[in-house]
Amino acid sequence: MDTFKAIAASPGIAIGQVFLLNPKRIKTVKRRIGQEQVQKEQERFRQAVLAVEEQLKKLISELPEEIKEHSNILKSHILMLRDKMVHDRCLRLIEKRQVNAEWALELAMDEIQQLFRTVKDTYIRERLEDIGFVVNRVKAVLAGTETRLDLSSIEEPVIIVARNLSPADTLHISKEKVLGFVTELGSRTSHTAILARSLGIPAVVGLDDITSKCLSGEMMIVDGLKGQVVVEPDEQTLSDYRLKHEKYLKYRLEVIHNSNLPAETTDGYRIKVKANMELVEEIPIVIQHGAEGVGLFRTEFLYMTSRTLPTEDQLFFAYKEVVERLKPYPVTIRTLDIGGDKLASGLNCEEEINPALGLRAIRFCLREKGLFRAQLRAILRASVFGDLRLLFPMVSGKHEMVQVKRLLGQIMDELKAEGKPFNKDIKIGIMIEVPTAVLTSDILAKETDFFSIGTNDLIQYSLAIDRVNEAVCHLYEPLHPGVLRMIKMTVDSGHKEGIEVGMCGEMAGEPLYVPILLGMGLDELSMNAMAIPKTKKIIRQSNQEECADFVQELLSLDSARMVREKAIEFFRQNYSPDMETMDLLELGLNI
Amino acid sequence: MKAKRSVIILNRLGLHARPASRFAKTASNFESDIWVEKDGISVDGKSILEVLTVSCPSGSQITIMAEGPDATEAVEVLAALVADRFGEID
Repeated sequence: MDTFKAIAASPGIAIGQVFLLNPKRIKTVKRRIGQEQVQKEQERFRQAVLAVEEQLKKLISELPEEIKEHSNILKSHILMLRDKMVHDRCLRLIEKRQVNAEWALELAMDEIQQLFRTVKDTYIRERLEDIGFVVNRVKAVLAGTETRLDLSSIEEPVIIVARNLSPADTLHISKEKVLGFVTELGSRTSHTAILARSLGIPAVVGLDDITSKCLSGEMMIVDGLKGQVVVEPDEQTLSDYRLKHEKYLKYRLEVIHNSNLPAETTDGYRIKVKANMELVEEIPIVIQHGAEGVGLFRTEFLYMTSRTLPTEDQLFFAYKEVVERLKPYPVTIRTLDIGGDKLASGLNCEEEINPALGLRAIRFCLREKGLFRAQLRAILRASVFGDLRLLFPMVSGKHEMVQVKRLLGQIMDELKAEGKPFNKDIKIGIMIEVPTAVLTSDILAKETDFFSIGTNDLIQYSLAIDRVNEAVCHLYEPLHPGVLRMIKMTVDSGHKEGIEVGMCGEMAGEPLYVPILLGMGLDELSMNAMAIPKTKKIIRQSNQEECADFVQELLSLDSARMVREKAIEFFRQNYSPDMETMDLLELGLNI
Repeated sequence: MKAKRSVIILNRLGLHARPASRFAKTASNFESDIWVEKDGISVDGKSILEVLTVSCPSGSQITIMAEGPDATEAVEVLAALVADRFGEID
């Protein structure tokens, strides 16, 4: 028995036989051809390209509804296939070197690799992988072999183990034949991982060298909750996992089944539970998991993927799509929350010694007015297509809000003059994540329509702890009495002015903290969509008044350790045995 | 017919996705073969992917070369496109 740990890409447990997907080593038959055969060989290549184009088009048309979003990847593959880099180069090589199409493709790929080798930009460099996928398809057609993941020989559903799965392969995976998959490459945000989550197939990715550590037919357990893979498990492990699997299925069924029930406590306190999201592809997941809207729509993605800044229209269409598809649910969009150093374009930024405390988020946007203006215009223009709200990150005091509102007013005047429609009553909110914003929350509450507490940064800034610094990260403690007081203070200041207060940090999606947040009187929790069903379940088992009393008790304690002990005790008393070990395991909570 | 001209990339973000695509599309309108050369490496000016691989930050110099019946005109039009910052507003 061997146990490995890597990235948990899609939750769930799969137990079954390994189907080792050898990196399709399509044998390249190399052949020299005579001058008189050149034209024929070129035609053979053209036909193969056409065939691949047809394959990809067919694949796009066959995509099941729930993953239709992903067709763009395949469309870009068609474009690459047609680009002169591959296409014309190959035709040329057939003629110049007098070799067959297969060989020419290989030569072409060598040249292309050379071209990409020196490229510094990671986004561009990663396109080489896509070119590789496409070229392999052409090779397969030339060789007369099937490029589709051939699962026809499989009788029992299997666990696919591969070095890498192309988006096309993943899209082709059917739930009937595939229990789960494990790949050597990939990350949580790679297309393959997102697809696995859309399809509900457990997956572990980024597991180095796994293809040489197991054989087809061997037993394997894929634990997509913990990111664990067990090869040839012993009887004990197997039966433990079967039990865990069963519990998980039951839990999942119940949770999904109930995920659209309102998040209401036993004493009738209604709290909104929303999702955090970043990619358009996540919309179906957000809806399936019972989100009542998006509490935090991160907008950094479009700025980081191409070296040029996105244009106002590009942003507008992206925002419009999200708002329209989530209608009638509200979408809270956070303006750009990075510094210039993180932008793919670099914007000629100086390297900062301490970027967390540097020129980023609202500070950066207020300095790079052109960039900020384009984003605000796009958001305002999209605001007529649904319920769109604006959230400003890293506000430290009133002065920034004055500037933001002045700019917003100017932009509204501009749009009006241009005859472009927008929602002039768009709700604007402040992300509470700088300690001075908490301390002046009574002042800020008068400047805004809502607060959203961003706990990740608030905790980091309050405790002066860099979470990625291993020497101090253990001191990161959401239950520190100081942190609890800040949350309470923010909620109270907001409510005093009659505005809603939500939370959109990681803390909002952790079961242990949910009763505390309910007791604090928060109006909204926004989290990773996957965490919504179980959070709602906890809420429905809670009594808000009891939680409020409990929070009073917690606020009188003098150390984080004591708060944590009490919180765990409270959780155990009120939420077990219903909230079984399974839920807790899933969260990695060690209680 | 052959033509050749050196130009400086002026737009702030250099020869990235959108400019590269605009360049290749414009180049494809000409019959002549077109190359972009930088630091001794030349790539096909009609291929978006190839133009992309020439890392061209703002301020770098590239040479546009063309060979064919409309070479002179091609080089002129493409040089103008670069000088015009690919029509982008910086």
